[in-house]
Amino acid sequence: MAQNGTIENGLARNECPPPLPQPVKIPEIKHTKIFINNEWHTSIKGKKFPTINPATGVKICDIEEADKADVDEAVRAARAAGQRGSEWRRMDASSRGRLLHKLADLLERERAVLATLESMDTGKPFLHAFFVDLDGSIKTLRYYAGWTDKIHGKTMPVDENFLCFTKHEPVGVCGAIIPWNFPLLMFMWKIAPALACGNTVVIKPAEQTPLTALHIGSLIKEAGFPPGVLNIVPGFGPTAGAAIASHMNIDKVAFTGSTEVGQLIKAAAAKSNLKRVTLELGGKNPCIVFADSDLQLAVEETQKGAFFNQGQACTAASRVYVEEPVYDEFVHLSVERAKNIVIGDPLEPRTSHGPQIDRHQFDKILELVESGKKEGAVLECGGCALEDRGLFIHPTIFSDVKDHMRIAKEEIFGPVQCIMKFKTQEEVIDRANSSQYGLTAAVFTRDINRAMSVSAALEAGTVWVNCYNALHAQAPFGGYKMSGNGRELGEYALAEYTEVKAITMKLSEQLTL
Amino acid sequence: MTSSKVELRGEVKNDPAALMASLHLVPSPVPNPEIKYTKIFINNEWHDSVSGKVFSTYNPATGEKICDVQEADKADVDKAVQAARSAFSLGSVWRKMDASERGKLLFKLADLVERDSAYLATLESLDTGKPFLSSFFVDLQGTIKTFRYFAGWADKIHGSTIPIDGEYFTLTRHEPIGVCGQIIPWNFPLVMTAWKLGPALSCGNTVVLKPAEETPLTCLYIAALVKEAGFPPGVVNILPGYGPTAGAAIASHMGIDKVAFTGSTEVGKLIQEAAGKSNLKRVTLELGGKSPNIIFADADFELAVEQAHQGVFFNNGQCCTAGSRIFVEEPIYDEFVRRSVERAQRRTLGSPFDPTAEQGPQVSAEQRSRVLELIQSGITEGAKLECGGKAPPSKGFFLEPTVFSDVQDHMRIAKEEIFGPVQQIMKFKTIEEVIERANNTEYGLAAAVFTTDLNKAMTVSTALQAGTVWINCYNALSCQCPFGGFKMSGNGRELGEIGLKEYTEVKTITMQMSGKKS
Repeated sequence: MAQNGTIENGLARNECPPPLPQPVKIPEIKHTKIFINNEWHTSIKGKKFPTINPATGVKICDIEEADKADVDEAVRAARAAGQRGSEWRRMDASSRGRLLHKLADLLERERAVLATLESMDTGKPFLHAFFVDLDGSIKTLRYYAGWTDKIHGKTMPVDENFLCFTKHEPVGVCGAIIPWNFPLLMFMWKIAPALACGNTVVIKPAEQTPLTALHIGSLIKEAGFPPGVLNIVPGFGPTAGAAIASHMNIDKVAFTGSTEVGQLIKAAAAKSNLKRVTLELGGKNPCIVFADSDLQLAVEETQKGAFFNQGQACTAASRVYVEEPVYDEFVHLSVERAKNIVIGDPLEPRTSHGPQIDRHQFDKILELVESGKKEGAVLECGGCALEDRGLFIHPTIFSDVKDHMRIAKEEIFGPVQCIMKFKTQEEVIDRANSSQYGLTAAVFTRDINRAMSVSAALEAGTVWVNCYNALHAQAPFGGYKMSGNGRELGEYALAEYTEVKAITMKLSEQLTL
Repeated sequence: MTSSKVELRGEVKNDPAALMASLHLVPSPVPNPEIKYTKIFINNEWHDSVSGKVFSTYNPATGEKICDVQEADKADVDKAVQAARSAFSLGSVWRKMDASERGKLLFKLADLVERDSAYLATLESLDTGKPFLSSFFVDLQGTIKTFRYFAGWADKIHGSTIPIDGEYFTLTRHEPIGVCGQIIPWNFPLVMTAWKLGPALSCGNTVVLKPAEETPLTCLYIAALVKEAGFPPGVVNILPGYGPTAGAAIASHMGIDKVAFTGSTEVGKLIQEAAGKSNLKRVTLELGGKSPNIIFADADFELAVEQAHQGVFFNNGQCCTAGSRIFVEEPIYDEFVRRSVERAQRRTLGSPFDPTAEQGPQVSAEQRSRVLELIQSGITEGAKLECGGKAPPSKGFFLEPTVFSDVQDHMRIAKEEIFGPVQQIMKFKTIEEVIERANNTEYGLAAAVFTTDLNKAMTVSTALQAGTVWINCYNALSCQCPFGGFKMSGNGRELGEIGLKEYTEVKTITMQMSGKKS
């Protein structure tokens, strides 16, 4: 995402930068319940779950826990809101766009509050939340706000005496299940195209990070979306998530998370009602650094790619292939640069690296780091947790990593960069593609032929050339192979949220064309 | 009510604002609106004309002068083009701006127009004579929606990648054309401003726009909002002035890359010719029409009478889309004429600020005499004047709603664009015949067909030579749909996605690529 969305227009560019945004004091979390029909509900079973600040280990608050019965309620509301003749279905497409713009305006108004909540709940640095997550969320909403009245069908010159045209209609009730690494951004990636196309939504935020999603519930109501159009069910995967995936009255499910759970979702969809499925899953993303590249740039981008969001990104640059002549220098520069990373309180403006999300993830990462050491990779730096500090892990770099090692094959989802050596272009393409994943990839080179041929050869949904994590609302995003099904963002995402209806009319006489 | 009884309601005219306020149901005009902007807008600044000349703009409802406006001529156009060129130069703020930021600026502009809707509608009615409620609900809504629609396109103007043969890779970029000259008419000053600025700015062009000399006021106010929204200086320049001077300077300017014109077919030809003789600038034209409206005997009769009436009388007949040739199937012809005359006689004339008035004055004395001359030709050539036909006694440029029956295709009123409140009703017998007669014109802007029969609707709409065909409706325009003319009604299309095409150059980038993979 762009680093700074605060530039209002070109005139401001030469003026003094505004003061850094500050976290907001949040005395009490206002929205902790289940959001159905624009109202707040307690869970039917009466259960709650705590959400924890990963930087301190302290409970922030209890949240009403949605389960199957609550999902049923939400689906009923969503179905009623989306039925023929409802306010939502009769609304002009351009008016749906106005509502999405209004929601974006409200996010802008609440930007500091939302960034604070996001930072508290995920542990990501406040300034990252403010400039990356919020900026991306607002831009995604505005982008899809513009699409609402531009979702064109076509007319087709069919054979013989027929008139044929298509309408792109909403799919219906869309279930969405989102992860904890970018709670707000993933929320918008799901709801913005779904609502732009005229669907209704039942969305489950991750149990680790429900706070910003629920805050958005209040903004959805304030923006003026009709009741039932968007419903938020905080809860756990095996209960609320499974209820969504296997629900007979949900027409489509979109999931972002692990490949393992993605397979469960797709199986549940098939076993229930063949609901449409889009999946954005894991990655083990190769970065290929050629000797002719701008090495400083390559070191910076690959390192940011590996450590951004504490490595908790499906796009994490976790396999870095460096051409032999520059390998040693690359490792050296990477290790030097890692020393500048500031670990600390996410709400402090200097902090660039926060804690992992929870104990489970923390343990899993350290276990994989251990395996790397055992399997013979060279630990260049990091490799352990901060002493006496909860869930913080030092940024970790391994060199001499071999393709067969676990750290080279499994998604670590932590701040661990694996650096491999390669000799030829053919070899590195084979090795880069030798993975079940195919989400993103990057190539660093000054040679245009190499950039074009390598980017064409890589099996990945996104290839970055001389950059990393350059994600935009306008560009499609999604995975080859077991990194996912379908695409989010861009015009492409609209196809995932519409059914195409072909209407063919028999005409009685040949049309004079 | 016969035509001689058409009168302006005195009490309403005396205190229209008070009356509308007392209704509490409808938006109210701004009483005694202050005219803030009367100068030439270049580089986000207000300029006097280089020549020192001014011209007057009049209230057509009273014939009184509203104010003087600085008159742009060739020298002012040169200044504006210079500003627009520099705003468009490589590396400028505007050229470096993210496409999504251009969209945000257009959204902001729409918000500002919405904020000032009541004022702008008042000004529009004052300057054009159109009823305030029409200004408010039709013109302002259309303007705001058009800006918002094109705001959304800014970051969705996609090029493509193309799998060409051989060891190559090709991609296209849709780039702005450059400096766009735009010349707009007096019948919908605000809407036409939005139709022109919306796509041009969405695609990243810069603009030199000339409003009509009859109606410069709202367009100049938009200029102020352009500045307030935060567009960089020089991106939008507004030059009030006349066609033969400022307009001609735009059409033949060597520093303008594209010209878009809405107005008469006669002037459209001059524009295209000037573009050809100067620098082959791209040209889009939205010109006149003599739009046929075909009513079959099986149509919903009430709907057809009302829509046909609105289709020709809307905006006092001053519409390029005016449905001025109404072909009615024989079995219902007499009844259709009777009911249409009844409806026209019920049409109320009055001050633009009288909320009960459906029709205001024509825009100028000159336009009114042109319409009266054509009405006279209809009478002379033997059409039957069913009602209206005269100018009621008033200082303003009012005309009675006029209906002719028994109109023959060869008559001038059946062939020429009248641009006034005059309805021509013809008779037809067969579908083949009416298609042929409807198409037998140099124009091809809009057309309509009224029928409940699916096959008739589709057959006729396919056969008609017109850029827009309405089925069981009329003037159903929206910013999402393309609009433009076949034949001599124009070149190119405005609005919709296709409207973007007229404001972009396509660049094909082909690179040599070894080891290509499909």
